[in-house]
Amino acid sequence: MTAAPAANAQTQTAPATASRGYWAGVGRRLVRNRLAMVCLAILVLIVLAAIFAPYIAPHDPYRGSMIRRLRPIGTDGYPLGTDELGRDMLTRLIYGGRLSLFIGIVPVLNAFVIGTALGVVAGFVGGKVNMAIMRTIDVFYAFPSVLLAIAISGALGAGIFNSIISLTVVFIPPIARVAESVTTQVRNLDFVDAARASGAGSFTIIRVHVLGNVMGPVFVYATSLVSVSMILAAGLSFLGLGVKPPEPEWGLMLNTLRTAIYSQPYVAALPGAMIFAVSICFNLFSDALRSAMDVKV
Amino acid sequence: MFQYLIKRLIYAVPIALGVSLVCFLMVHIAPGDPLVSVLPPDASLDLQNQLREAYGFDKPLPMQFLLWVWRALGGDLGYSIATGRPVAAEVWRAFGNTFMLAVLAAMFGFVVGGIFGFVAGYWRDTWIDRVASGLSVVGVSVPHYWMGMVLVIVFSVQLNWLPATGAGPGGSADWVWDWEHVKYLIMPALTMSVIPLGIVARSVRALVADILSQEFVDALRAKGLTDAGVLLHVVKNAAPTALAVMGLQLGYLLGGSILIETVFAWPGTGFLLGNAIFQRDLPLLQGTILVLAMFFVSLNLLVDIVQTWLDPRIKRA
Repeated sequence: MTAAPAANAQTQTAPATASRGYWAGVGRRLVRNRLAMVCLAILVLIVLAAIFAPYIAPHDPYRGSMIRRLRPIGTDGYPLGTDELGRDMLTRLIYGGRLSLFIGIVPVLNAFVIGTALGVVAGFVGGKVNMAIMRTIDVFYAFPSVLLAIAISGALGAGIFNSIISLTVVFIPPIARVAESVTTQVRNLDFVDAARASGAGSFTIIRVHVLGNVMGPVFVYATSLVSVSMILAAGLSFLGLGVKPPEPEWGLMLNTLRTAIYSQPYVAALPGAMIFAVSICFNLFSDALRSAMDVKV
Repeated sequence: MFQYLIKRLIYAVPIALGVSLVCFLMVHIAPGDPLVSVLPPDASLDLQNQLREAYGFDKPLPMQFLLWVWRALGGDLGYSIATGRPVAAEVWRAFGNTFMLAVLAAMFGFVVGGIFGFVAGYWRDTWIDRVASGLSVVGVSVPHYWMGMVLVIVFSVQLNWLPATGAGPGGSADWVWDWEHVKYLIMPALTMSVIPLGIVARSVRALVADILSQEFVDALRAKGLTDAGVLLHVVKNAAPTALAVMGLQLGYLLGGSILIETVFAWPGTGFLLGNAIFQRDLPLLQGTILVLAMFFVSLNLLVDIVQTWLDPRIKRA
């Protein structure tokens, strides 16, 4: 008696429960991975701290004082010491997350959108269009990524906007390649033919059948690029090609504190430790996501 | 094999042309006058035009590109705007320094990373695997310029064992293989080796684990082959892919040395690139990028060919 309506309800909502079933499985596998959860917690903490920086930071990130320059870690009122202009390190590290995360993550998001679009079009249309897109991408792939990022940034000049552009250009080729290869595989599957036979247009097929299957693997691949992007974005600022002073940003802070390694070595190394923490957490979480979603790229 | 070789070589030509076009355009989308770094602000129009002509900036862009490529093929990359010296000679000298650093770093990274990866893949899901995999994740996640700084803090500032920056005592430019000079090489090379170490370890681990799960390994064991014998088969099967990963990594090291060279003031191509960028020395910038990119293209080609030679099955794909 009770089983019949339940079964009925299940068949009625079959497609919805099927998709929820997959994501529920992914979620369950992720939650069970303790290391991934610790990494996620650290990332969430750093992101929240950056968002609510004005409320939690103990000092003004821009106001320094020449009489309290380069205080060591553990100074009263300045738990992580002060920088070369006497600004509170803890405050600047909290604020620094804003720009560092922004310039590290936005290029990957941009490249995810543009690269997936290019790859899907190349893979789905094939022929000459594929040739044109993929050979152009090969050319950009023929540059070592750090060299390409620095060359574009160097040519365009320093600045947040230019550093985001250069890193976007760096990450489009690898993402487009992955999207193209997955699209080519999906395009030749039977259900695409079935959709076409039932009268679906190219646009519908791309939107429903191709993107639905391509987004997952490409997204997992993109998450694995965030760590590299964070390191490179901070690296551009470290070289003086990204964020300009006096903005708090971890790479730039590392650069300006380089002169202080003889007087306050531990304080000078702090911003790099933040980059390292975010980068390793993203890497470990991306690995966990990959195995939870069972993606092989 | 010969046919493949020819095909691969022919395919490399448009890539090389595309790469040089990107190098050329990259510098020409740069805002500002390319001569701004040498001209005094009150330079007469006559002088401006004269210099523009001398550097060829007065010709239309496509013409400039063709001329540049044609001269580059003959080994002439023009003259540096800031110093007036030939770009090719400057790049060549710096390339030697970077090459030495990169090869040393690569050798260390490949050997240690290869061993880590192999051990982790062979004893998968044991504590050894966890330690080795953990170290390789650290290797791929650490901002290497920061690691360089930490090494300087530990070994130069605290312990005073190694010099913090430079490539030889007294700022000398000539390299000699003695302890006085090698001391300057240790930290930059160690810092640089961290990146390939992590990536090689990860790739080799995945490779070895994949090969060990294949049926032919069971067949070998069933035939009564010893562990050492099986190991030999695993190495043989992993070699082509591992070599490809390593070849690319060497190229990445050569092209991406700028951050490390900045930290250690190492007089290589990265250092040169930094100077070119901040002095807005366009011919030098163009030339350095071109040489590094072309080296990477050739290295890719070489890796592909060696890989096909080692494992003829790849050719069909």
